[in-house]
Amino acid sequence: MFNDVGVLEARNLTKRYGATLAVDDLSFDVKPGIVTGFLGPNGAGKTTTMRMILGLDRPDRGTVTIDGHPFRDAPVPLREVGALLDPKAFHGGRSAYNHLLCLAQSNHLPRSRVDEVLATVGLETAARRRAQAFSLGMGQRLGIAAALLGDPKVLMFDEPVNGLDPEGIAWVRRLMRDLASLGRTVFVSSHLMSEMALTADHVIVIGRGRLIRNESTREFIESSSHASVVVRSPAADRLASLVAEKGGTATADNTGAMVVVGLDAPQIGELAAAAGIVLHELAPQRASLEQAFMELTQESVEFHASGRVAQ
Amino acid sequence: MTAPTRPYRFGDVILSEWTKFRSVRSTYWTFAVAIVLGIGLSALVSGISANHYHTDPTIRFGWNPVQRSLRPGWFLAQLAFAVLGVMTVTSEYSTGMIRTSLAAVPKRTRMILAKILVFGVAALIVGEGIGFAAFALGQALIHGEAPSASLGQHNVLRVVVGTGLYLLFMGLLGSALAILLRHAAAGIAFVVGILFILPGIAQALPTSWSQPIEKYWPTNAGQQLMATHRDPHTLPAWAGFGEFAVFVVIVAVVAVILLERRDA
Repeated sequence: MFNDVGVLEARNLTKRYGATLAVDDLSFDVKPGIVTGFLGPNGAGKTTTMRMILGLDRPDRGTVTIDGHPFRDAPVPLREVGALLDPKAFHGGRSAYNHLLCLAQSNHLPRSRVDEVLATVGLETAARRRAQAFSLGMGQRLGIAAALLGDPKVLMFDEPVNGLDPEGIAWVRRLMRDLASLGRTVFVSSHLMSEMALTADHVIVIGRGRLIRNESTREFIESSSHASVVVRSPAADRLASLVAEKGGTATADNTGAMVVVGLDAPQIGELAAAAGIVLHELAPQRASLEQAFMELTQESVEFHASGRVAQ
Repeated sequence: MTAPTRPYRFGDVILSEWTKFRSVRSTYWTFAVAIVLGIGLSALVSGISANHYHTDPTIRFGWNPVQRSLRPGWFLAQLAFAVLGVMTVTSEYSTGMIRTSLAAVPKRTRMILAKILVFGVAALIVGEGIGFAAFALGQALIHGEAPSASLGQHNVLRVVVGTGLYLLFMGLLGSALAILLRHAAAGIAFVVGILFILPGIAQALPTSWSQPIEKYWPTNAGQQLMATHRDPHTLPAWAGFGEFAVFVVIVAVVAVILLERRDA
């Protein structure tokens, strides 16, 4: 793999809208060949960051470059970055074909690319229809077709699975993985950790415009989730005191089962067997990623659901 | 895609904007409305006036067949052209297309100049078409005792050609205002304000105020290109039109500078 193939570098990006600091001194790299998830609660500054990468918004401070150059100076912009920022960023009165054609022409891309990307996203039969009749999913596909038009080094998708049906979601996931395996830089935002766990190799987590984590998805999952074991036993009270003796913590959950933290399942099993305690269930649990993500970003969420303002 | 490619040029963006322009129906029906209004109204007024020439002394007095055939048409068509100019730009904003367009052509001035160029060429062709057609049809409908005009007469060709030029610059003014305001309703309101409302308010002022305002007001000045005879309180035809054109260019330059600096 060459070095010069779509390394996205953000340095000290800062953007303020009125009184709101949308992005705050954000620095990160996005590398080719993998899917990089860009995670954060709604309003964390993901879209603003992507808009600054494309030059749609001007950073108050900081820079963002692709292989060392600002996107604005790209000799063929659509070969540098293909972006899906919102699924309705087209003129509804224009056909899908003409929408893609005018984009291809602007960058002197061959007309044949239009048919190729229409086939890739499965819109061949709808190509001559006016785009205003498209469903959200078809609009999303048209946006992805536009992003693929220049076969760019960097692909950027903002919440690409929003509004898609399960089949569409599976298709987008596969597409992102395929693009990464072809050596492209794939940068995809989501507010759902579970979505990223399925597709991303690396995650950049932000909250309130600030960088929280920048690590591999595996590291992120391991460092953020707390292992626990669900135990059901007719002699739960006796087992609980044995667990406490070994340094674990046992609490009852709302279904009547016991949740043990601090000991793993084999240790608990051996403990029970030694004491002659019958077990009905012994189930290791991983805290859901969503939970881990929520804990991580909790302090940075602007407003909690209860309406209390975060510290 | 491995095909070798070259850096994109202004010509590529012009071709792209031409595709955008021709691939939406609104282009055709808005131009159609301008054409029907421009030519139809001129024909109607010419025909009716000629019919009453013999019986109505107010029509006979100061009879000007050139103005009969052109003025009603451009008076309405100027608004249609300005609206078209506004919509050419604001359709990008109202649909969200602007984000896609600027992600493909991040050099914003290049994109907007290509868009204005494509619209301008089309507006000039349609505007000149309206001027010549309205004149020809109007003169054909002026019959009986009413004298008609021909292109060879003094100033007539300038007035007919000027109609198209004036309509073009009204369209460009609409586009420039739309780049500034990014909203169709606001853009159209500004055009109407500049064209009708502010000059109307000026008329309520004392003559010592209103005369110079009316003389130098950009759209009034521009309309002198379509005057057959010069009124002493107005600018000469080309000087007046020049002032209007410079005004439009200044608005456009400010708009493009802001387009480059603002968040899209």
